[in-house]
Amino acid sequence: MRDEAIVTEGLRRHFGTIKAVDGVDLAAPAGTVLGLLGPNGAGKTTIVRILTTLLDPDGGSARVAGFDVVRDAEALRSVIGLAGQFAAVDENLTGRENLDLVGRLYHLGKSEASRRADEMLERFELTDAANRTVKTYSGGMRRRLDLGASLVGRPQVLFLDEPTTGLDPRSRFGLWDVIRELVNDGTTLLLTTQYLEEADRLADHIAVMDGGRVIAEGTSDELKSRVGGDLLALRVADRARVAEAAAAIADLGSGAPQVVVESGEVSLPVREGASILAEVVRRLDAAGLEISDLALGRPSLDDVFLALTGHVAEAAGEDGEETQPPRGRGRRPARSRA
Amino acid sequence: MSTVADRRPIPRRPLWWTFADAAAVTKRNLYRYVRVPTLLLFSTIQPIMFVLLFTYVFGGAIQVAGVDNYIDFLMAGILVQTVIFGSTQTGVGLAEDMSRGMVDRFRSLPMARSAVLAGRTLSDTVRNLFVVCLMLVVGTLVGFRFHAGFVPAVGAVGLALAFGLAFSWISALIGLSVRDVESAQAAGFVWVFPLVFASSAFVPVATMPGWLQAFADVNPVTITVNALRALTLGGPTVRPVLEALAWIAGILLVFVPLAVNRYRRAAG
Repeated sequence: MRDEAIVTEGLRRHFGTIKAVDGVDLAAPAGTVLGLLGPNGAGKTTIVRILTTLLDPDGGSARVAGFDVVRDAEALRSVIGLAGQFAAVDENLTGRENLDLVGRLYHLGKSEASRRADEMLERFELTDAANRTVKTYSGGMRRRLDLGASLVGRPQVLFLDEPTTGLDPRSRFGLWDVIRELVNDGTTLLLTTQYLEEADRLADHIAVMDGGRVIAEGTSDELKSRVGGDLLALRVADRARVAEAAAAIADLGSGAPQVVVESGEVSLPVREGASILAEVVRRLDAAGLEISDLALGRPSLDDVFLALTGHVAEAAGEDGEETQPPRGRGRRPARSRA
Repeated sequence: MSTVADRRPIPRRPLWWTFADAAAVTKRNLYRYVRVPTLLLFSTIQPIMFVLLFTYVFGGAIQVAGVDNYIDFLMAGILVQTVIFGSTQTGVGLAEDMSRGMVDRFRSLPMARSAVLAGRTLSDTVRNLFVVCLMLVVGTLVGFRFHAGFVPAVGAVGLALAFGLAFSWISALIGLSVRDVESAQAAGFVWVFPLVFASSAFVPVATMPGWLQAFADVNPVTITVNALRALTLGGPTVRPVLEALAWIAGILLVFVPLAVNRYRRAAG
């Protein structure tokens, strides 16, 4: 029998007419990473808030580490850790005082709280800054301290709500390493993200969310294979004729073509990719359509998202720093320019 | 073969954790004044200005029957005004914690539900104690004296602080309800002004028009100020002090549960 660390059944939470979470079933076995992937407003944060007892569900049930989120809320809080979207650390305390405070509130006892604070400072490379007030910390340091705070109580289940949103790429990669280490220690992790790459790298199991529902789930590979075998992507020089291009090649695919009008891109799931490349080029040429880019590759999670929802995942971080291109990066071996 | 694990036994939380949690939060809030001393400085300047303003600007024009020295009459009123204005900061502090995600963190921790509010109101009471002591020093410099002895003097300070604590819980409810710092700042003041000025804090109620007297007489500020006056100037103390304590207990009985309940649902 598998020991499920997180289970939700028909979880529901509405805010007025907004169905923030609308019947969500999730399961994460102990020691695994469950990734909730979706754009802003998909309901990811609401789920985290329900599972960490910050918000009561309107319907359905949820258990974390065996504790019901409503009936056993108090006991549940002693076995979880939460790092929310904004670093919830006190600017007027030093890094060490912040961690010590959280340790005391987990009732670790004075010496254990202080020992855990030291461990976290070391683990997150904050030892040098331990006695400085958080006011002097950079964004990345605050996030690391916040993550440290969420781990002080040795949680069985850890919730990270968009842990790397707003971080520069280097800090993001650093945080990924830390998160992977945690999971190796046996912690169950629920991670929300709007970065497809992040879910791809960190999560064992991904639930793709949109409009308060889980629209697909599986491993990263399973999700990608849902799009079909390969994915053909092309860009027409004249954006106005993108629909025309899609129509010209539609019958070659194993599924319907997806069109992004703004960028003039067409993507088409195909079974035997290489053999139809020539045919695609021939048809477009015959139609007098000039192509500025043509590629064939394994689909990325971006493609998955597009195929599942019919719209592009919006990675609108507050900094607007990372706008995902509609076609995924990498994993695109056979790239040829026409 | 259930996917849902059986319910686990729930450990009982020891009662002393409730106090330990409140103490930890109090300490955290007080650090703020250590790290940002200007905060404390500015929260003391205003009350001191009021002492000087009322003594030297309005004092000459205000005649109070039976009191030789206006500052002796004023001090009880200005102490109560100070603790009430100080208590409006409780809501501001909580709104700030909410907007910065601190409340979410606290609410996800296995700490007492009352601790964040208790810690906040207690640390604001400690801040009030500091300001009250400073004002007594300034008051003494401009002529104020305790006329009823040491124990009533300590009682006066204690009563003022208890009154401030009760108002802190009202302010906590406001801060948790309005949620953002600017609103908490604005909302924190509007309701205390009529209470403070339509009271016996600065002038005898008998000088007000009849309709206002009706309000001022039952105003908890008047009742507490009168108790403080009895404790600082002399005279019968039992009845006014009991009346003030009854108000304090009443406010706490109503607003502590309301605020804690509001905190529980402080979902954002």
